Amino acid sequence: MDKNKSFISRLASSEGFLSVAASLICIVIGLLLGVVVLAIIEPAHAINDGLLVIIQSGLKSPRNMGTVLANAAPLIMTGLSVGFAFKTGLFNIGAAGQYTVGAFGALYCAIVLQLPWYICLLAAMLLGAVWGAIPGFFKAYLNINEVITAIMFNWIGLYMVNDIMYGKGASPMYDLQTTKTFSLRKAAPGSMIPSMGMSDLFGGTKWGTASVRPLESVTIAIFIAIIFAIIVYVVLNKTTFGYELKACGFNKNAAQYAGINDKRNIILSMTIAGALAGVGAGLYYLSTVAEWNPQVSTALPAIGFNGISAALLACSNPIGTVFSSLFISYITVGGTKLSTQYYTKEIADVITALIIYLCAFSLLFKNRIRGLLQGKKRGVGIGKGGEA
Amino acid sequence: MFLLLKYTLLYTVVLMLVALGGMFSERSGIINIALEGIMVIGGLIGVIAMKLMPAGASPAAIVIAAVSAAALAGMIYAALLAFASINLNADQTIGGTALNMLATALAMVIAKGFNGSASAKLDYSNRPFVYDFGPLTVNVFLFIGIAILLLSYFVLYKTRLGLRLRACGEHPQAADSVGINVYKMRYIGVLISGVLGGIGGLAYIIPSVSSWNFEVGVSGAGFLALAVMIFGQWKPFRIFFAAVFFALFKSMANIASSIPFLESLGWTQNMYNMIPFIASMVILAFTSKKSRAPKAEGVPYDKGAR
Repeated sequence: MDKNKSFISRLASSEGFLSVAASLICIVIGLLLGVVVLAIIEPAHAINDGLLVIIQSGLKSPRNMGTVLANAAPLIMTGLSVGFAFKTGLFNIGAAGQYTVGAFGALYCAIVLQLPWYICLLAAMLLGAVWGAIPGFFKAYLNINEVITAIMFNWIGLYMVNDIMYGKGASPMYDLQTTKTFSLRKAAPGSMIPSMGMSDLFGGTKWGTASVRPLESVTIAIFIAIIFAIIVYVVLNKTTFGYELKACGFNKNAAQYAGINDKRNIILSMTIAGALAGVGAGLYYLSTVAEWNPQVSTALPAIGFNGISAALLACSNPIGTVFSSLFISYITVGGTKLSTQYYTKEIADVITALIIYLCAFSLLFKNRIRGLLQGKKRGVGIGKGGEA
Repeated sequence: MFLLLKYTLLYTVVLMLVALGGMFSERSGIINIALEGIMVIGGLIGVIAMKLMPAGASPAAIVIAAVSAAALAGMIYAALLAFASINLNADQTIGGTALNMLATALAMVIAKGFNGSASAKLDYSNRPFVYDFGPLTVNVFLFIGIAILLLSYFVLYKTRLGLRLRACGEHPQAADSVGINVYKMRYIGVLISGVLGGIGGLAYIIPSVSSWNFEVGVSGAGFLALAVMIFGQWKPFRIFFAAVFFALFKSMANIASSIPFLESLGWTQNMYNMIPFIASMVILAFTSKKSRAPKAEGVPYDKGAR
């Protein structure tokens, strides 16, 4: 047997390689389907004014790059939230709700209490954790599927937060002029996450030229998110605690038999997942990427649901989530740069959603790749290996 | 009072239709979280079909065209869920979530493309769909809804198809062993949910207003219907009563400011909107021990499993 072959078969048995390859296939097919959508709408412009704009714009200027980073930071957090829950056998569809109450915590501490940013972030984290713990509690003690509870509490959280933030128009957080919450840049500059020069670094409209005006939404949030990703990676892979949580995810009964308190672990998993989503909201609103609009009470924040995309694309790997979030944020920004003459920005959302639909059967891709690499002899009878 | 009745009827029908759709899917063993997305797509295509009808078309023709377009679109969209979860054994919740995200984005792209502008708002006339009985306005979906409720009960409990469908949701291996094609049954379940979800989406959008901005999708009505289905314990008539209960609060949220008694309570719209969700959590908490959820729902069918 030559060296080459053994390398290929090593690749074929490497779960990490297969996951990355499957995700890349999802992305490529997703982008191709995106081109089809573009071509259906306006065939003549599909490549030059469509696809190329989506996949190049993010790097065109420091400002675009900055926008990608500012939007990626909260997405990494919701992605970590969903991914963490996945690793422990739970589906945290409630990231959007945890994100919502987290946003309230951050904005309340900032606008009303005028506290420093790290306290605001902590408040977002705590409220997110509480909102995450609820589905965990219902799952552990009443055996109600966490998906159902989380969906219900998403809406309960949204209506509640909107009600308090709007307060019939008299809330101290609500700015009648903008019909949104007060902008932190004016109302509570002390509560903004420090930029440490990032705003100026990404202020330019062309590479190589100096900043015209700083892009205030770029802060150290992206680094905070990356640090959280590393922490989650270490907890899941290098600690007994993480091992116990994962064991519950693989097989609840076996974990119980091995002396692991499965009820406690389910609640803890969801609490941690909720805390991560809450931090995401903190990073977003304390970086003043946007203000909360309590009047648009009909939609849950998209970042919560996009966290599911980020986690799936990364196969729930915390470090992978950083890259998948950057990618999703990148093509979303690309979508906003599409010429409105031909296309709308939602095309980028269509592409993301298509990629996630494909991710739902990435297991199939994985087995295919494995089969291809191992050749016909061992390609058959692999069955259903790997985890979800 | 008539206003309250009108809105309650309207929402009851919507929630009931969509929840019945969810019931068919889940009774066959497939969790259908994509109801929200199916509603969006059904509603959008229904509205577009109505707008494409020639100006001189009779009201009946317009209603039939819009409703069948919505049903067909919902069915095709649901087929995506069926394909992923039945043929490819994908995780049903993830597939459904992806379809929900896709639906809103796709609807905006299509609506903007149809308008040829940057607005996803479609205007239409809902006259063909509504009838006035004195002070009470009733829309055509009320009659469709009642018919479908009775039909659903009949199909699920009194036909061979219904029995087979239910068997696939409880114990697919046992069903297979007596010669029932589990894949086919599950496909039927999901496709029916697509039809009902699509019609439900149109019923939500058309009767009350004469323009709809697809940026908001159907604002969580699909998830509410999911709650109605669970509240109704996956049974047709219970789903009807659950739908009435949910619809009552949803209408109060809409009209609280115009009824003196409700206004004096000083509750905000958000509070009324919250109540159905809280109520269903409370009910779930008390009934979880004897939940009637189909036993095999959410589990991809594996022929070789024991």
